[in-house]
Amino acid sequence: MTALLEVQGISKRFGGLLAVGDVSFNLMEGEILGLIGPNGAGKTTLFNLVNGVYKSDTGSIIFSSKNITRSSPDQVVHLGLARTHQIVRPLNGMSVLENVTVGACFGREYQSRRTARITALEVLERVGLASRANSPASSLTLAGKKRLEVARALAARPKLLLLDEVLAGLNPTEIAQMIDLVRSIRDSGVSVFMIEHVMQAIMNLSDRIVVLNLGRKIAEAPPREVVQNPDVIVAYLGSPDILDKLRGSA
Amino acid sequence: MILRRPLLWLILLLAALFAWLPLHGNNVSLREDLILVALAIILTSNLNLMIGYTGYVNFGHIVFYGLGGYVGVYLMTVRGWHLVPSAVTAGFAVSLMALLFGLGILRLRGAYFALATIGVLVAVQSFVSNFEPWGRSTGMYVSFESYAPLGGPRHALWTTYFLIVAVMALSLILSLGIKASKFGLGLFAIREDEDAAIVLGVNATIYKAIIYSVSAFLPAVAGTLMFFKNGTIDPSIAFEFMLSLEGIVMLMLGGQGTVAGSALGGGLYERLRSYLLTSPRLSEFHLVIAGALLLLVIRLAPGGLIGWLYRLVPRSREVIE
Amino acid sequence: MSGIFASMIDGLLIGSVYGLAAMGLSLIWGVMDVINLTHGAMIALGMFGMYLLFNATAINAYLLLAPMIAGGLILGVIIYWLAVNWVVDRPILMSLLSTFAVNMMVIGIGTAIWSTSPYNVDFSVPGITVGEYTFTGNHMFAALSAVLIALLLEMFLRRTRTGKAIRAVADNRDAAELMGISSTRVLMVAFAIGIALAVASGALVSTLFPFTILSGAGYQLKSFVVTVLAGLGKPFGALVAGVLLGLLEGAVSPFIAISWIPLIEFGLFVLVLIVFPRGIFSRATA
Repeated sequence: MTALLEVQGISKRFGGLLAVGDVSFNLMEGEILGLIGPNGAGKTTLFNLVNGVYKSDTGSIIFSSKNITRSSPDQVVHLGLARTHQIVRPLNGMSVLENVTVGACFGREYQSRRTARITALEVLERVGLASRANSPASSLTLAGKKRLEVARALAARPKLLLLDEVLAGLNPTEIAQMIDLVRSIRDSGVSVFMIEHVMQAIMNLSDRIVVLNLGRKIAEAPPREVVQNPDVIVAYLGSPDILDKLRGSA
Repeated sequence: MILRRPLLWLILLLAALFAWLPLHGNNVSLREDLILVALAIILTSNLNLMIGYTGYVNFGHIVFYGLGGYVGVYLMTVRGWHLVPSAVTAGFAVSLMALLFGLGILRLRGAYFALATIGVLVAVQSFVSNFEPWGRSTGMYVSFESYAPLGGPRHALWTTYFLIVAVMALSLILSLGIKASKFGLGLFAIREDEDAAIVLGVNATIYKAIIYSVSAFLPAVAGTLMFFKNGTIDPSIAFEFMLSLEGIVMLMLGGQGTVAGSALGGGLYERLRSYLLTSPRLSEFHLVIAGALLLLVIRLAPGGLIGWLYRLVPRSREVIE
Repeated sequence: MSGIFASMIDGLLIGSVYGLAAMGLSLIWGVMDVINLTHGAMIALGMFGMYLLFNATAINAYLLLAPMIAGGLILGVIIYWLAVNWVVDRPILMSLLSTFAVNMMVIGIGTAIWSTSPYNVDFSVPGITVGEYTFTGNHMFAALSAVLIALLLEMFLRRTRTGKAIRAVADNRDAAELMGISSTRVLMVAFAIGIALAVASGALVSTLFPFTILSGAGYQLKSFVVTVLAGLGKPFGALVAGVLLGLLEGAVSPFIAISWIPLIEFGLFVLVLIVFPRGIFSRATA
């Protein structure tokens, strides 16, 4: 397997606060890489660095053999790296279909509006939103909006999809559906890099897991090893029950 | 296909009516009324590209019209150019300037951008008021010889009128074309959430600068035509802040973001204003009425007349864009 | 040399009035994220209010500031309920347009009553002559009043319960509401104070120069410049920036034609907006 994403020593400082410090890891083609860590560990900041919302103070990011360290988010999408937001951001004044059409139009293939519409309909079918295609995006439930986020990103035909807490706030049925969706995405050949707080889910889904604490990487290993890593246990001890959760699910 | 869209045919019909009605019976006063309506529609529909499509409030939209007028009148009177090349050159010159300005001020978002557009308007007006080649605060007159190539003043006024009507139709068709295009989709995405749009792959910086520049072109052409027709241009009429603001009222009245709304709002408001200004009892209150109207529209029907129609007849959305 | 010095002092005095006007704009902007486009109309009403009140009472114009401010507060409450309360938290276009609509109505009514011809308040305080230059008493009194009002506002914001609530809401409205502060009441009070400051500055300007109903627009634009220079929601910074703008005007006016000044001011304004989108005096935060 070759590395699709190579992150080498990136950091981000906001004023005096080190949000991400000297983080390195590789993401292999076809894998689901999990990213976990206590609140404030810098997970979303790391995502923002990878897709170019923030520019890293140090290091380099190579995606699909291209250096994207200084690229802007829109350039990164054209190369095939799409993402979802932790706090859903539908384009509220537009329909569900239009939202996803935007993703396809400005994605990796830079499709024409007509082709993008067809792509969007396919993707909506796949994420189970086809029946809502013409509803306003603002009318969706939270679970629907999370699916919309995923659909928009998928419509860009990415090679790598960054998922930022797509399970948060969903009920158990919705979580199960979303897990199936993530698996099917990976099975269709798209690599996945996901932040998740729902431990059971991420332990089951991920091939490997990167653990951040206070902006630094403290572990990178398959789920089974991560739960036994003493550093990880210490980092999570702030919330005592997490240990059992980790053990129970792995 | 744009040819399959009903609104295109309505626009062409509107333009044909505008051209035919005053010509029929040589009705000059009707022509003078309609030219103002056409101008209102030109300004409103191009302003709509910024406010309605992209979500950026441009308070200084009139600056394009005024500068277009200056460049065109200058080319005609000082350089002796023909009307049409002057107007087109004015359009390109002002668009280019807008592109350069746009790359600077479009780094600003929301209210900051809106304020910067006021700054641009006042700064440009002040510059022109001091600019010697353009006659400083007294402005310029269109020389009598400029009418000659168009067959004398009487003929020239009709020609100018038809050109204005053509620019009106082009403005609406441009709005229609952009709305259905990929470019338009990107603009709407920026309007809804610029950061999300960027993450979806829209190059917001370039898109915004381009639409700012595009929205300058036809108003600048119209500026040359109108000030040629008026025979004179000076900084206070070319850069009238109130007209810039009334353009926003027209757009809100008709329905921002829609092609039909910009035409409807422009047309209706311009007729209302003309009626109020000529009415002996109400002329003093035209601003009061306009203000009250604006307040009512944004309070009761923020989508304007077209937005109201959409709510009443949801299917109308597919025909009236 | 003494020419430019005198001109700068004059600019400094007028600048404090610009600053006072801008404080009103800045307070409203900072607290409720509304750009108050009635600002210019309120300045104009301040001018005509002073004109009417002075002609009716014929007492020292600077004493009339107290009833003018009281009137401004009432006017502010009325406008808040008419056009502002329902646009707070709506898209910026809505608040711009609703306040602009009120502006049009006020200017329209004002034009119907007073036309657009110039008026002036016929009141003057004896000045002080230093060497060849006379500093007019009105300029000094206007500046003094402006600074006094600014200090009172600053004290109100720092010392009183309501003032602290306003600052809390400006800082973080959601958090303030969680602490039990009624944000609607606070917003209304802040808006009313902002309007009262505009009215007061208009009243002060009316003792310096002749004015028309349209004069407020120019001061509104200057207030934008000053507010942006100072950074949003920093009322006291606005006063300082106003004085600086006045100084700048005073410093350049002996050397260039007066008609170039708007170009310099607004060129500077646009430049500052682009280079320091958060204001010169505020430090960038992540």
